[in-house]
Amino acid sequence: MSDTIELAVTRYRPEQDTQPWEQRYTVPCSDDMSVLDALNYIKDALDPSLSHRWSCRMAICGSCGVMVNGEPKLSCKTFLRDYREAGVLEVRALDNLPVERDLVADISGVVEHIEAVKPWLIRHSEAPVDTAHSQTPAQMARYHAFSQCINCALCYAACPQFGRNPAFLGPAALTLAQRYNLDSRDEGSSERMPWLNAEEGVWSCTFVGYCSEVCPKDVDPASAINRGKVASDINYGVNLFRLLRGKGDA
Amino acid sequence: MRRSHEPISWSLFGAGGMLLAFIGPGLIASTLLLGWLVQDPQALYATLSSGLQHPLTRLATLAVIALPLYHTAHRLYHGLHDLHIKGPTWLLGGFFYGGATALSALCAFWLFTL
Repeated sequence: MSDTIELAVTRYRPEQDTQPWEQRYTVPCSDDMSVLDALNYIKDALDPSLSHRWSCRMAICGSCGVMVNGEPKLSCKTFLRDYREAGVLEVRALDNLPVERDLVADISGVVEHIEAVKPWLIRHSEAPVDTAHSQTPAQMARYHAFSQCINCALCYAACPQFGRNPAFLGPAALTLAQRYNLDSRDEGSSERMPWLNAEEGVWSCTFVGYCSEVCPKDVDPASAINRGKVASDINYGVNLFRLLRGKGDA
Repeated sequence: MRRSHEPISWSLFGAGGMLLAFIGPGLIASTLLLGWLVQDPQALYATLSSGLQHPLTRLATLAVIALPLYHTAHRLYHGLHDLHIKGPTWLLGGFFYGGATALSALCAFWLFTL
């Protein structure tokens, strides 16, 4: 069993490099070392110029997403021991997103898409402060899995449709729209439906399903989007009925 | 945001997929088994023909044929996109959805002029 492993890191420093290039580092390898530990080792002991984004080290903050041997992964949740056989780990910034520097992808476009669908509880009237909006366990179960998203953007790196058309709202944004639309306390679905109903909404998805495979929190965005398609389908029918009765486009 | 008209083709796709998933395998298996099980093909043809005289049976048969046609057309149309095969939307859409519509119309014509 080798006690070191080689990392092939794609570097890109915009002020110096005209294009990305590969730099190899040899790092210690033990059973409990994650890819994030390896990157921190490089930063601390080998090359302080390497840039990577991280914070919590426990798959909660969603900031350390990178491509590991071509797959979108949280580097804190990916272990070197699983790559001993391969010998070399290729690490690069998340696919489908602009690269700010080295392993840091610019996720501002993803954040804009997420904000667009208003991922918060929308109420027409507030409940009195001394009561809560009660919810049964069954009502919570309808959206709970979709609420586990940590906005890590791995699903955007996995999505071929987002890669071809960055205007596509993408897996996380559509999942969050569905998460709040399914919440019994929410009254804002009419504000989110126009986003789902658009070509750049649920209808750009061709159900490849890779988003659900790479999701580190088992959110299953592909399922959320398909359920969004059913909702948009019903919305289309209801709207058609409205138009036939001479009412305006909803 | 402009509303997409994709729900029309997706509804047909979804309905065809559901039909195929629930009764498609049974229909195919029973059709294949007919060759072994049926002693008198003439009598079977007569039975099926008389069954098809009822408008509801004709409609159900049309649904079993037309909806999976739309399902297939929709999947192939979007499959081309996934395979990066490009072409004018009117041509590809016309070919797949138009083809499914033409075959469904032909099927309806046969069924209702039996």
